[in-house]
Amino acid sequence: MIEQRAKQPFRFVSCMELREILGKRAMDESRLLEIIEEAPADSIYYHTHSYYLRHPYSQGVFPNDFATWAALHAQDRVLGERLGILDPFEFDDIEQLRVDILTIIDDHLSHLRTIPRSATGEPFEFVRSHVIEADLGLQAWTLREFRETMADVEVGAVYNHVCEARLRKGRLSGDFAGWLSAEDGLGLPDLAAVVVKVGRLGLSLEGMRTRIVRLCDGVLGAPVPDAHRLGR
Amino acid sequence: MPQFPMRTVLGGEAVGGLLDQYRDVTPRGTVEFLRRLARQVEGIRMLNVNSTRTGGGVAEILQRLLPLFEELGVKARWEVMAGSEVFYRTTKSFHNALQGTKQRITAEMYEGYLECNRDNAKRLDLDAEVAMIHDPQPAALIDSRPRGAKWIWRCHIDLSTPQPTVWQFLRSYVVRYDAAVFSLPKFAQRLRIPQFLIYPSIDPLSDKNRELTAEAVNRSLQGLGVPWDKPILLQVSRFDRFKDPVGVIEAYRLIKKSHDCRLVLAGGTAADDPEGAAVLAEVREAAGNDPDIHILLLPPTAHLEINALQRAATIVFQKSTREGFGLTVAEAMWKGKPVIGGATGGITVQVIPGETGYTVSSPEGAAFYAKRLLNEPDRLAVMGRQAKEYVRHRFLITRHLQEYLAVIIQLCRGAR
Repeated sequence: MIEQRAKQPFRFVSCMELREILGKRAMDESRLLEIIEEAPADSIYYHTHSYYLRHPYSQGVFPNDFATWAALHAQDRVLGERLGILDPFEFDDIEQLRVDILTIIDDHLSHLRTIPRSATGEPFEFVRSHVIEADLGLQAWTLREFRETMADVEVGAVYNHVCEARLRKGRLSGDFAGWLSAEDGLGLPDLAAVVVKVGRLGLSLEGMRTRIVRLCDGVLGAPVPDAHRLGR
Repeated sequence: MPQFPMRTVLGGEAVGGLLDQYRDVTPRGTVEFLRRLARQVEGIRMLNVNSTRTGGGVAEILQRLLPLFEELGVKARWEVMAGSEVFYRTTKSFHNALQGTKQRITAEMYEGYLECNRDNAKRLDLDAEVAMIHDPQPAALIDSRPRGAKWIWRCHIDLSTPQPTVWQFLRSYVVRYDAAVFSLPKFAQRLRIPQFLIYPSIDPLSDKNRELTAEAVNRSLQGLGVPWDKPILLQVSRFDRFKDPVGVIEAYRLIKKSHDCRLVLAGGTAADDPEGAAVLAEVREAAGNDPDIHILLLPPTAHLEINALQRAATIVFQKSTREGFGLTVAEAMWKGKPVIGGATGGITVQVIPGETGYTVSSPEGAAFYAKRLLNEPDRLAVMGRQAKEYVRHRFLITRHLQEYLAVIIQLCRGAR
């Protein structure tokens, strides 16, 4: 079973984000709320998902930019914490996520007498991203090939097949799990079911890569992979 | 320019070229990703226009980027404007006004600027599918854009508080471009064209940043008259009030009370800059006769010396009170040094407090964190390693190249 060959290979496609400045800035939480309401979906996506593409040192206090700005610049830890717990992987589309963010901010502001402003002078700058893909020319026909390529592929491919696939392309299980379970893929629904959950663990992209490789190793019966290849 | 012979290996990817020299210093898969990305615009004719072939950050990065574009199959050219002394005085006034220093610009100056752009439009070969026009000097060339070409205005300066009249004049040209590129979100303006965010970068293989042996560093320091016998605190910057060199001396004096160290302030000569000369005099006065303070006036070509100083330093300051992007921060971080920088401009996206250095707002803050690092060499070493890793992922020329390619791909989608 585990040596079976898929009818269709998995093609690894990496991506990068081109950031577009929208020229909309919020200096206080009330204005932040207004702009979130009208910002393009790509901007909500950028501020809640691009965290994963960033280097760990610059990921901020919380895994979304709204929470980090509220805590660090508006010095409103409560709002920061309430927004910070939002898990983008719990949402099936970006509009649901936007509604939850708006509801949290609106509810929070309704209990305050003064609107928190940026105390550092740094506004919240709205950005959106355009994703530019590049097919890496790498493909896997078997689980072993998938595992080997996964262990070494450029990390933007992990982002593309996990984050981009889910919310911008509507493939909610992500591409890896989709191929692992598909009939013309490897037909391994049990492995696919645990791979889907990797996106929800709050891991970095390298963490996701390591976890998926280990899950493959579990099925392949291989020893725990060498740390130096996975941990770099 | 050196030539790099190509050879082909399994998988059809060329290795042995200039790009391959970046394999060991960039994140895993970067070179392959660049080659794959570039296939989407292979053969495209790209033009860059700026106002100088040598000197300054724009020329420096173009010299390094163009061969890389070429190797990726983008036919990149670089044209340089020619202008009279009056034109350059005018554009220097534009530059100052756009960066927030009030200037008096006369109608004749505006007309002279436009006339120079018209002359250059006749002289320069503007034929290309994509053009990147750098900074305000050649911005009015947009009047002569060939039909169907995509033109990008690349702004390298801080436009956050421009003098309104000058910006309104320039804006009337900028809005006719297909897109603009800025180095920080706060430099962007209200425009009806897409404004992309691309950080500048350093080249890890250039003389300013390449690896140096300890012997080479020592030799350079000897040449500069700086003994390497105790911790060196360093700031590399022009002698400009916004870089706060006097504040750095104040911080050094606070540190010196408990830690024996040297301070090196290295910057460009200020002979043609009256304000720079005045600041230099203030710095010399503040330094007094302290033999452990070294004020170095270096020529713009002193790349290896700057490299050596950054490698010899224990801690690097960039204590600016106002800053554009401040790439000297990334340069120092690339050499594994934590940076203590002013909480302003691009310093705040390079220095991640507690991870790659500290941001401060006073000489006291700079001294406090420098003392902490001098007291804890393990923390200093970890932070230095993290600083280098951060630059590897965020501020190297390969990332810059990726993003320029991405802009071209984005603008040319459906157009080719």
